This record gives sequence, C-alpha cells and structure tokens, in this order.
Amino acid sequence: HSTLLCVEHENGQVNPSTGHTLSASQKIGGEIFCLVAGHGCNEVNIVANTVSKFIGISKVLVASSKIFKHPLVEPYTNLIVSLQKQYNFSHISMSASSFGKAVIPRVAGKLNVAPISEITGIMSPETYVRTVYASNAILTITSTDALKLFTVRSTAFPTSLQQDNCASVDRIESIDQTTMSEWKCHSLSLSNRPQLSSAKIVISGGRGLKSGDNFNILYKLAGKMGAAVGASRAAVDAGFVSNELQVGQTGKIVAPQLYIAVGISGAIQHLAGMKDSKTIVAINKDPDAPIFQVADYGLVADLFRAIPELIICFEK
Amino acid sequence: MSRRILVGCKRVIDYAVKIRVKPDKTGVVTEGVKHSMNPFDEIALEEAIRLKEKKIASEIVVVSCGPSQCQETLRTALAMGADRGIHVEVPNPEYEGLQPLAVARILQRLSEREKIDIVILGKQAIDDDCNQTGQILSGMLDWPIGTFVSKVEVEGERINLTREIDGGLEEISVGIPCVITADLRLNEPRYATLPNIMKAKKKKLDVCKPGDLGVDITPRLIVVSVEEPPVREAGVKVEDAQSLFDVLKKEGHFN
Repeated sequence: HSTLLCVEHENGQVNPSTGHTLSASQKIGGEIFCLVAGHGCNEVNIVANTVSKFIGISKVLVASSKIFKHPLVEPYTNLIVSLQKQYNFSHISMSASSFGKAVIPRVAGKLNVAPISEITGIMSPETYVRTVYASNAILTITSTDALKLFTVRSTAFPTSLQQDNCASVDRIESIDQTTMSEWKCHSLSLSNRPQLSSAKIVISGGRGLKSGDNFNILYKLAGKMGAAVGASRAAVDAGFVSNELQVGQTGKIVAPQLYIAVGISGAIQHLAGMKDSKTIVAINKDPDAPIFQVADYGLVADLFRAIPELIICFEK
Repeated sequence: MSRRILVGCKRVIDYAVKIRVKPDKTGVVTEGVKHSMNPFDEIALEEAIRLKEKKIASEIVVVSCGPSQCQETLRTALAMGADRGIHVEVPNPEYEGLQPLAVARILQRLSEREKIDIVILGKQAIDDDCNQTGQILSGMLDWPIGTFVSKVEVEGERINLTREIDGGLEEISVGIPCVITADLRLNEPRYATLPNIMKAKKKKLDVCKPGDLGVDITPRLIVVSVEEPPVREAGVKVEDAQSLFDVLKKEGHFN
C-alpha cells in the first residue's frame, strides 16, 4: 500500500488535524507520502521540513505556486489527480476539514472513485467505519475501488506528530496553472482562546443564554478554564453567535476531555457533535432536558446564577 | 437571461424522526416512517427560486432519484416554485445501494442533456451525511464549485459566493457554469401555498431510469453492517456550582 496524505497548513504551521490524519493513515500500512502545496518557497519549505520529520513519512512532495496561495479546490484537485497518475497510490487521505471535505469528493469525481467521508475507524485497508443519521447509526463499509479516497474525523483518531525522522523532500515541477475560481477574501474569527476543534475543554451555550451579549459570561468562564466556546444550532439560528461556533451534525464535531453544555436542551443534531466527549456536564434549569440523559454530571439550575458561581469558584 | 438551474431534491427520513437500526444490522427502518425533502435541498431550491425571481434564471429543473415516492418530493418542489421535475426511478432494494458517485453521474448526464448552467444542491443529505454529491459532480463536469455557500450574488457572467469555512467566512468568485452547495444560513425556504400545490399537479414530471441515461448504479461501497451507537448512560446530578467545581477538579480537568 501507499498513501498520499494531503497536509493543510497556515502561516508556516502544520494544522493540528494533520497529526490525526497521519495516525489514521498509519493504520493502512505501507508507505505514506505527504503533499505540501502552498505559495512562497520560504513558507512551503518550512512546512515541508516540519512534515519530513514526522515519524512514519516516507517522502514529502512539495508544490509551490501562486495558485496555491489560497485554498482553492480546483487547482488543488488537479494537483492530486496528476500525482495519482504518476504514483498510483492505493489510498489518498485528508482531514475532514472544510477544505478536505470540498477537495476529496471532487478528486473522486475526476477519478471515478466512491469517496468515503469523515471516517471514524479503519478495520482494514478496504473497510472503514463512519457515522450516518447524525451519528445515530454506525456504518461499516468495504470499498471495491482500487483507489480509496477518504477524509478523517480528527476526534476519532489520536494525534501522532512525533519528530524523529528524515523523509526526503521532492519538488513537484510541472504544475497546471489553470484556475476556474478566484479567491477574494476571508474573515476569520480571531481569538486567543483555544480552537474549538482541538480544545481540551469546550463550553457551549444554547438558546437558554437568551442573547449574544449573555455569551460574555461563558467567555469569562472559558477564560478561567482555558476552554473554547461553542454554541448549539439554536443559538446560532437565533443570531446570538456566528456559525463557526456551531457544534452539531451540521457544524463542528468535537470530542474534548470535558464538554460543558449550558442552556442547551440537547437536540439529536447537537448530540451528534459532542457525544464522544470524555466527560459531559449539563447545566439547565429544565430537569427534563434530554441533555441530562447523556451528561455525566448534571446541574439543574438557572445558568445566570450557576455560571457566575462557577466563576467565583475559580477566583477563590 | 435564459439560464437554467438544476436542483437535486433527495427524499430522506424526516429530520424529527428518531431512527431505528434494523435488528439484522443491514440498515435502518424506513417502512412506515415519515419522509420529507432533505432540508439542505429545500435551501438549495429556495435559492434557485430567488434567482429566477431576480430574472437571473429562467427555468428550474428539479431531480430526485429513488423509489416512486420521490414524485411526492418533486411535487413539493414544484409547489415551492420549480418549473418541471425529473424522477430518476430506482426502486428498492437497489435504491438502498444508490451512492453519491452514481447520483453525481446521473446529475452529470442530466446537466448535459438539459443544458444546465447552474447546479444547486444541498451541502449534505441528513441520512447518509456524505457531503459529496456536489463536489463529485463538479469534478465530473469539470465546472468550478462553491461548497457550504451562505450567500450568492450574481454579477454578469460571474457569481460571488460567501462560504462557511472552519475559521469563519470566505468569499470566492466562480464563472458560469458552476456547481453550488447550500449551507444552512443561505436562506429560509418558503412554504408551498395551497394554490401553488394545486398548480404543481399540472406541472411536467418526466420519469426515466439510470440505464436510460447510460449510468451504471452498481454500488462501489458494500455495507458490512449498520449498528446502534454505544449508549451513553446518564450520570449523576450535582447539588450546586461548588459541588460541580469540586468533582471536575477532582477528576483533574483543571488545576
């Protein structure tokens, strides 16, 4: 077997999801090639150098071009397709990030392969586990395609980024420069809090918060705990917070050590996004809220009293 | 403008239904269960209708692949404002093995045959949660794609798209023809009114089979098992914030 792992990176830093995708790819067995595509030799070389040290990598393939300056699906797909023609990999893997989810199925369309989305387990090089129906059923499937294309749910695999290796780095010279779409701009929510998808503690607020301003008490508590802040779809739909905070079937899937659901009733689609968390805490004034059925610790209380009290506990 | 939009309308188990896994682990129980149009496809259709209302498009063709009940889904789409429907008939049990790769191939053939300019699909179906069909289709057609779209603005021959990405929002511009997949916040779909439901009964609905389009729907992914997820047991109730703090601290969640 040989696997091509498509690495995502930002500002010279390898995305944390790479570690999870790497440990998943290692379960396939055989060689692992890493693809690093970007713009600017300096940045790309820094990333390639970092990746080449990860244990388990055989070779790093580096593509530098202005068309990879921003994450555009079409040129990145063409790059993967051309590498597949050259190397004939048995597997191609990528994180189930918003970019990975956009790229891998397009590659599949070009190569006439059935892709496998957001895997949570690998039983053999052909057989994969993933969730369906908002994680209410677990599907095991075997691929009959010669090439297996899959995206990896980070929370389902441990991270593996130990550095004690020295893989060779090969430059990809001929790059198709055609572009179909044009990148205009992005607006990213910058904060110095931990990232929702990789934080050890996540505190999420729901409709019970009643307003966007009231989320400030969650931010204050999160600051004390070193936690990331998330939200239910109801809170996003009500306009309290922006969509990238959404935890659930159609938002982000998280599985931190500790998940604290505040003023969240526990709709199925929300549970889909957090029920693999190690410890779940629910704070809700409705003792019959379904969230209590999955919570390890439940506190039936008015959140506007309970959260300030918790903050005081940290200040003592 | 005589642009034509194709919208995919998948019939899925209604989002409010609690699904049950079959005891023989081959799938989930679908008989006697309420079905409706995939919510993301409703959003895709609403966007197409708005583009027609703005005279950016002239015709909306809706497609559904599956058993005969898909025609009810298509009638709903026609009542919302689509112009005509195509039912690609795939009866059970073949339908259980119909996967995004085959659906994308069907949509590719229909896009070519119907001279489609813009395809709008939901970003994912809430049954298989695959999130693939639009992307696969874009690769097959070699058209640009905007996934997870929350805003569509047409400017001449280009479309500006706002996309929901992991860290926030992103704007891209794509040429026409293109594929767009709808995210949750793109719009709020309208309800079909009674007069429109009556009118929809007279709209054209063609039926064809995958074979008529030259598409082989043999599944590439073989189901080994479908199982219930492990059940999480409810834990204990704590008295107050202080007790909660103490127990979490004892478990080592913070220093």
